[in-house]
Amino acid sequence: MWDYTPIVKDHFLNPRNVGDIPDADAVGEVGSLACGDALKLYLKLDENKDKIVDAKFQTFGCASAIASSSALTEMVKGKTMDEALAISNQDIADFLGGLPEEKMHCSVMGQEALEVAIAKYRGEPIPEHDGEHDHGHAYPDYEGEIVCKCFGITDTFLKKVIETNRLTTAEQVTHFTKAGGACGGCIPKIQELIAQVLGSEELQPRKRPEKLSNMKKMQLIQEVLERDIRPLLWADGGDLELIDIDGPRVQVAFRKACAGCASSGNTARMVEAKLRDLVAEDIVVEEVSQ
Amino acid sequence: MKEIYLDNNATTKVDEEVFEEMRPYFCELYGNPSSMHFFGGQVQGKVTEARQRVADLLGASPEEIIFTACGTESDNAAIRSALEVFPDRRHVITSRVEHPAVLTQCRNLTQKGYRVTEIGVDGAGRLDMDEYKAAVDSDTAIVSLMWANNETGVIFPVEEAAAIAKSKGALFHSDAVQAIGKIPINMADSQIDMLSLSGHKLHAPKGIGVLYLRRGTPFRPFLVGGHQEKSRRAGTENAAAIIALGKACQLAGQHMEAENTIVKAQRDRLQDALMAAIPNARINGGGAERLPNTTSIAFEFVEGEAILLLLSELGICASSGSACTSGSLEPSHVLRAMGVPFTCAHGSIRFSLSRYTTDAEIDTVIREMPSIIARLRQMSPFGREHLKGQA
Repeated sequence: MWDYTPIVKDHFLNPRNVGDIPDADAVGEVGSLACGDALKLYLKLDENKDKIVDAKFQTFGCASAIASSSALTEMVKGKTMDEALAISNQDIADFLGGLPEEKMHCSVMGQEALEVAIAKYRGEPIPEHDGEHDHGHAYPDYEGEIVCKCFGITDTFLKKVIETNRLTTAEQVTHFTKAGGACGGCIPKIQELIAQVLGSEELQPRKRPEKLSNMKKMQLIQEVLERDIRPLLWADGGDLELIDIDGPRVQVAFRKACAGCASSGNTARMVEAKLRDLVAEDIVVEEVSQ
Repeated sequence: MKEIYLDNNATTKVDEEVFEEMRPYFCELYGNPSSMHFFGGQVQGKVTEARQRVADLLGASPEEIIFTACGTESDNAAIRSALEVFPDRRHVITSRVEHPAVLTQCRNLTQKGYRVTEIGVDGAGRLDMDEYKAAVDSDTAIVSLMWANNETGVIFPVEEAAAIAKSKGALFHSDAVQAIGKIPINMADSQIDMLSLSGHKLHAPKGIGVLYLRRGTPFRPFLVGGHQEKSRRAGTENAAAIIALGKACQLAGQHMEAENTIVKAQRDRLQDALMAAIPNARINGGGAERLPNTTSIAFEFVEGEAILLLLSELGICASSGSACTSGSLEPSHVLRAMGVPFTCAHGSIRFSLSRYTTDAEIDTVIREMPSIIARLRQMSPFGREHLKGQA
């Protein structure tokens, strides 16, 4: 049984704002029967056509899809369209007191419906993509190249979700977007996208902390390895394991394709540069065989 | 809240008589049945009695019964053994609707260079016998086909399939976990070589299973390192659970008729009433021969997890072929293999009854279910479009 928070349960059992708005200003639709969940969101604007005065939804889906939709309609009321667009899927999940990670795609669906509704109202071009896939379009209004053929999910959309939520594994991407959750054929491509996004310079650079306790430093090293380094290595079929941290010396062992790789020395320097960049500038990475 | 438990294909209540039978074998009669002393010997006597009771239910001989830890172990052991027995045969046959305990293992075998054929089913879940007949050949090491499907209850013609396998010299295994105790099985009059059974599906505790192995069938053990079960399954016997399973099998034999009359009538009444009260629903496998206790109903335009949680609020326990309940994203492989359209595969609910099910419980479900479906359809964009179309 899913460990849903009391807020999720409440919004599932007593959903707010179910229904439609016949004279809605903006309507956003995402998902399909085949995909297993779908949301139709209606927004009504004030006289100045800026502030959202009413929101209603219809949802086909599981308890967390219904709760996410209900939460979204409550969150957008009274907001301007720009304020509403600032709502992230994580905000929806937070409003609900959290969602199981496997269910995060429900919050993504809510955020998407909102974006689609407002873009459509503003007449912004949302090019349809073409693509063959089994289940219909999960997110029909996203341009780009189809990565997940089963759910019809594009690279543009995946990159956005990976970046916003700082996802580092293909499994997380599946939980957030469903991509890769059916036949699994696109998982290598998803790993490539993760590597691209995490390696991308467009990402906000994270600052190296001024001062670190030993404990904090060890935690941060582990975090950087998990989040920034290992996904890059996975993309090439490699991996590494943290063996020990002794002062500034960080000992790692290379695994899989990286083990015995002729350029593992370069990889070690790449790891060192990243750790110096994000943790402490005196870090020395040593490769050990263990 | 008192539960209304209609999820007996997932697991069952341990029968009170079964529990009483096993109770002394924890704190008092805890001896090892293999020991030389009287204290172990008296446990061994009860294990022998249990083996006879299991054999009686299956129409088998006691030495054909190997106790294991679960149905999954039995399935794994059967298939692995056949491949070791026939190293020159590189082909395995199963069906697309098997339990993962069989299907996952077979799919893994393709990585090891085996040819694996998954036989399809028709819209009612019936095995495609023509496809099966054409698939069996002299390279086939083992055929593994379930006796009855866990999700739909559809029964496969395993005896007929076993005869075809034997004609080509292949071994035949059946995962009978859902069938045993619900429909009569007689191995004395059968060509099936191996059969899997799981205790907790027939009112014995979890953690005990059986692999039936026909006398004379070549076998290579899965677990080695002990003489137990005539060296066919090493490891100290789970004596208390074995004794419990023996009792459960004895009781299953006694209740078999009720299972096929009283329980079946309750199941039929439940599905007929729901089909009459709720439009746009269909019985998965309704056109096929099925277990007496199982019905799987697909409700269009709604999603299974939401239905289950609303039922759960009322204390009603059922299960779903929906994707969302398992954390996977695709509806069940069984419903997909049957070609159940996506419009309703996500909204499939399985009710599985037992001899403990009461008429009053069935009445409650019949009373509550229509409003649950209506409530979710009212919320669903597809359901609303459909309702509008009807009005």
